[in-house]
This record gives sequence, structure tokens and C-alpha cells, in this order.
Amino acid sequence: MIDGFAISALYALGATGFTLIFGVSGVLNLSHGAIMVAAAVAAWAAASVLGVGTYAGALIGVAVALLTAFATYFAVVKPIQDSRRIPNEEKEIFVLTGTLLWGIMIQELIAYFFTNNAKTVLPIVEGVVEILGVRTPQNEIFTAIVCCLVIALLWLLVNRTRTGKAVLAASMNPRGVTLLGLELTNIYIVVWAIYGILAGIAGVLLGMFLGVSSYSVGPLTASAFSIVVLGGLGSVSGSLIAAFVVGYLETLTAYLVSPAYRTIPALLLLVFVMYIRPQGLLGRR
Amino acid sequence: MKNILPGALRISLGAAAVGAMITASGAAKAADPIKIGVIAEAQAIAGASIPQAAQLAADEINAKGGVEGRKIEIVSYDNHSSSADSVRAFQRAVNEDKVNIVIASYISEVVLALEPWASRLKTPFVTPGAASNEISKSVHSDYAKNKYTFHGYLTSAALALSVCDAAKDLLVDKMHMKSAVIMSEDAAWTKPLDAGYEECLPKIGLKVLDHVRFSPDTTDFTPIFNKIEGSKPDVIITGISHVGVQPTVQWKNQQVPIPMFGISSQATNETFGKDTNQAAEGVLYQGVSGPGVAVTPKSVPFAENFRKKFGNYPSYAGYTAYDEVYYIADAVKRAGSTDADKLVDALEKTDWEGTIGRVQFYGKDDPFTHSIKYGKGLITGLMLQWQDGKQIAVWPKDVAKADIKFPSFVKLSN
Repeated sequence: MIDGFAISALYALGATGFTLIFGVSGVLNLSHGAIMVAAAVAAWAAASVLGVGTYAGALIGVAVALLTAFATYFAVVKPIQDSRRIPNEEKEIFVLTGTLLWGIMIQELIAYFFTNNAKTVLPIVEGVVEILGVRTPQNEIFTAIVCCLVIALLWLLVNRTRTGKAVLAASMNPRGVTLLGLELTNIYIVVWAIYGILAGIAGVLLGMFLGVSSYSVGPLTASAFSIVVLGGLGSVSGSLIAAFVVGYLETLTAYLVSPAYRTIPALLLLVFVMYIRPQGLLGRR
Repeated sequence: MKNILPGALRISLGAAAVGAMITASGAAKAADPIKIGVIAEAQAIAGASIPQAAQLAADEINAKGGVEGRKIEIVSYDNHSSSADSVRAFQRAVNEDKVNIVIASYISEVVLALEPWASRLKTPFVTPGAASNEISKSVHSDYAKNKYTFHGYLTSAALALSVCDAAKDLLVDKMHMKSAVIMSEDAAWTKPLDAGYEECLPKIGLKVLDHVRFSPDTTDFTPIFNKIEGSKPDVIITGISHVGVQPTVQWKNQQVPIPMFGISSQATNETFGKDTNQAAEGVLYQGVSGPGVAVTPKSVPFAENFRKKFGNYPSYAGYTAYDEVYYIADAVKRAGSTDADKLVDALEKTDWEGTIGRVQFYGKDDPFTHSIKYGKGLITGLMLQWQDGKQIAVWPKDVAKADIKFPSFVKLSN
């Protein structure tokens, strides 16, 4: 159960950033998995190869994710959005393709420099505790706590600060925000920064918890995508609920049925929800 | 006026041209390099060593004058761990680059995809690292067609035997263990391995309590370890290759109190310690070689030279690929030609002391035709353990450097 909670919290963290970007700027970032893996591999390389220590390694991982997120925005997304040669109605497709290719590039670079073998980040807290007779690694509890804290912070940021309110406003009505004298590009940068940090934390925690390899890029993007679609595109609370549904469904399948069929029920559920409620659990449109 | 030249002149010109071609090819033959195509997984640690080791062997042979004056040329191709890419590389190697023989891959699925192409294109083909029994079984079942394929690594059946032989000495006789759970990934090579385990483990006195097969893309092993712990075995017998880092790290993080013993291909790599942040400590794995282990007088010098040149020790497939280039060169020498059928005949008679032991192939009438022979005096394999960040041989006795020891969270039941 704690295992399921930790996994769900991790999924939630990854998917929140993903849905935030979509909600505010309408971008479906298919390089999401690559950014998470880049963070984890950077944290591993810093801590285990360069030997800078666990905390510094984790920070470097998050920093790398932030940089990669900015690179994604400035090198891939912004040029497409600003381009006059791409018709507006086709921009979404261009962004999809662009970020997908960008993700593959990052994946191949990681495979080239660090091989496609899985890497694991040294956990910040080691050891195990017994909870109700189940031996649980403390790192798993740590992961769950960090995820919840970060999500709570995000909620405070969005709902209680000026910047957050601007972000929220931009997701509702971008034109209105510009009329109020706020620079839309600045809001986008803030959102991408938040996204980069969220993806970075999720990536590093995933590296500590399960380990990642360049192969994880595709599945990570896919899981974030399906969680966000399940919860309703652009809806943060929908994503949170969906993340826990998917996380628990996967864990229960692995425990009760067979680890080999882990992902299947969640995908079936996704198909089912799409069939009866195409806008997702809490989707607006 | 279609023909400008009169008939007689045309014929004599044609004859001269053919004559020139014959002499040209005859002259080229003596200096023609022996071309070996190497198709491997450049991004995977196990695969990356294959072209490097092959090149090292070729350089050494060439430095000594080559094979009767002919140099060895390695042409390598990255297959991105994909069967489709490998087949394309194989076709290109044979049709465009005119290689004489191909060394390819450590993945059974890839090798099984290439095997029919070796038969169709009549090009000898050796794998340095795949293990599936099916590779050599197909040679046995249709020898005339599939005789071009050679299995330069132990079959899964032989690997299971090697693990059981080591388990008997180390776990049953010394530590009095009585039960085991088999944990293996779902892949072509583990089916015969699991069958081998199920057959030989009870024979050596380890009762098989459960058998967990999981998808190779599993990332969370918590449920698997929980399930295994539930049946309270003395040891987990592993069959993993596509995964390795993740189960090992989670084994340590979750402090699973049961030792792991068996095949863990990624653990054969020197980088495994770093990749797992030393969670590998105490992991026991089967290998054909290891740094500093003198299986034959050639093993250690090869490993050291490899490290000098490429900065790390070779993976298991590096050792076999290195040996393969040598016994291919030896076979070309004995055959006196690179003609495919003659080369196959010569390879069948291989008796080569390499870095992993004495290499001989099973014959036409053995069930595993063209697979390397397993047994004392030939190749028995080793059992190694990660101790203090190093790979230490613990079995067989004549090369063992230390006794088995486990991290403190492993609780031995006896």
C-alpha cells in the first residue's frame, strides 16, 4: 500500500507539471520523459561519478531538468509558436512533433554518453522501517512526503501568490491577461520553470526509488500522458486523482495478478473512460 | 549499324577482358583482407565490448603479420539492439561490404532473427553472447541449411548446469541450503534456462518453491520480492539480463534478506558497481571470465590490454568475441580459404584455448550442434561475487580468491 502510494505520488508529481504546461500554454510536451530521465541521470553522474554527494547530486539533477525545460521552451516550442510560416491551426501538431523529436534526441544522447543501462540515484535516506509488519524502505516514505509537499507548495503558489494568479489567469484567458498589461511570455517562462523543477524532482526521486535508463523515456512520457488524459487535459486536480488511480491499479495488479500484466488494467481503464467521458474525469472541455 | 566491331574482334576483346579480370582477382587474393562483420549493440554495455574486443584481436593478429599474409579487417555495425536493424546490417555486410564471416549480438532474439539470413546468404555467423537453446537446436534439426550458424557462447541449458554445479558446491554443501525460488525475466533465452533450473536444482538438493517470471520492462520489483519472501526460500536463483541494475538496487534498498545467485548478465560488467551505487555488494553471478581471474593464461592479459585501450574491463561478450576472431583466423588458416563451406568445416574442427577456456563445438549428431562444449577441461564457467566494489571469483575452487560473504541485511536461514 505504501509502495502504491509512493508510486502514485511520483506519477502525480510528474503529471502535474505536464498538465500545467498544457493548461497554460496549450503545449503537449512529449519530451517529458526525456527531461525526467535527464534529471535522474545527471543526479547519478554527479553523485556517483563526480562524487559531489547525494544532496548536491539531487540538486544538480533538478537544475539539469530546469535547464532542459528552458531549452525545450526556447529552442523547440517558442520558435514554433512565433513562426509566421506555420499556420496557427497547425502549430499544435508542430509542437507535438517537435517535442517528440527533441525527446528522442535527449534519449539518444543519454544512451550515447551513459549507455542504455539503468542508473540509480543514491537515496537520500537509507534503511528500512517496519510499518504494520511490512518492511518499507525509508526512502519510499521520503519520496511520498516530498511529492506531497511539492504538490502542496505548488497549490499555494498558484492560489496564493501574484505570480500564481497570473499563471491561473493565463490558463483561463490569455488575451485578458495581456490586456491587463502582463507579458504573456514571462508567464510562460514561469510555467516552464515550475514545470522543469517538478519534472526534475520527479525524475531524481524516480531514480532513487526505481532507477531509470534511456529506455524509460517512452514509458514515462506515455504514463504522464495517459494520466493527464484520464484526469482531463489541463486539470491539475484531475491529474492528481488519475495519478493515484493509475498508481494503485498498477501496484494492485502487480501484487494480486502478476507483475507481468502490471500496466494493462490502467490502459483498459483509460480506453473505458475515453469511451464514456472523452473529456476525462475532471476535464473542462 | 548496331555492331560497330566485327565479331571476331569482339570475341578476342572479351576474352582479353575476362583474362585480365582473372589475373586481377588472383593477384588480389593473396593480399585481400579477411573481412569480419561485427554487428552489436553499441549502446549496451554488454554489446559495446563486442566490436572493441574483435578489433583488439584483429590488431594483434595483424601486428604479427596476419593470416598467411592476409590482414584481418573488422567492419562494425550498430544494431541499436533491434532485430530489424541487425538483419539489415547483415544483408549490407554480406552484399555490399563483402564480409567473409559475421560475429553478432548478445541478444537471443536478434541472433534467432539472423540465423535464417546466415543460411540464405550462406555466410558463416558466430554469436558471442546469446544463450537460447534454439540457436543450436535449429542447426541440429536442419543441418544442411543452418550449418552456417555457430553458437560461441554457452546455451541456456549449459548455463543452468553451470549455475547448478556451483550452487551444489557453494550453497548446498557449504551452507546447507534447502530451497530456492527462481526469478527470471520473460525472454527467449530464459525459457530453456528455467527448464534447466527446474530440472537440475532438485537434483542438487534445492527444492524449487516458486517460479516468478516477469516482463523485462518491469521497473518496480517490490511486489516480486514480496512474493518471493512470502515463500521463504533460502536463495533466489536469478535469470536476468535485460534487467539487472533495478532489481539489484531495490533488493538492497528494501533489504530483502535472501541472497541472489545465478545469471545476472549486467553484473558481469565492471560498471555495475557504479550503476547500482554499490548495491551489487554480495550479488553472486555466473560468468565465463572476470577481471584478474586466470581461467587460461590468456584471460588476464586480454582483460588488461582491453582496459588499457578502452578504459574499462570487457563484458562477458567481449571475451568470447575476442576468442572468436582468433579461432576464425585459425579456421581460415586451416581451411586455406575464406570459402563459406570450407570455413564451416574448419570451424567445426576448432580446438582453441581462448580466454574463457578450451573452445570446441558440438557436432552434427549432438542435440546442440555448433554450440560450444560445456564440461571440465573445456568451459565450466565461474561463479563470482561483488565484494567491496570488486568482482571476485568464488567458484570453482582452483580459481577462487575468496569465500562468499553477504551484506548484513541478508539473513541466512541455516
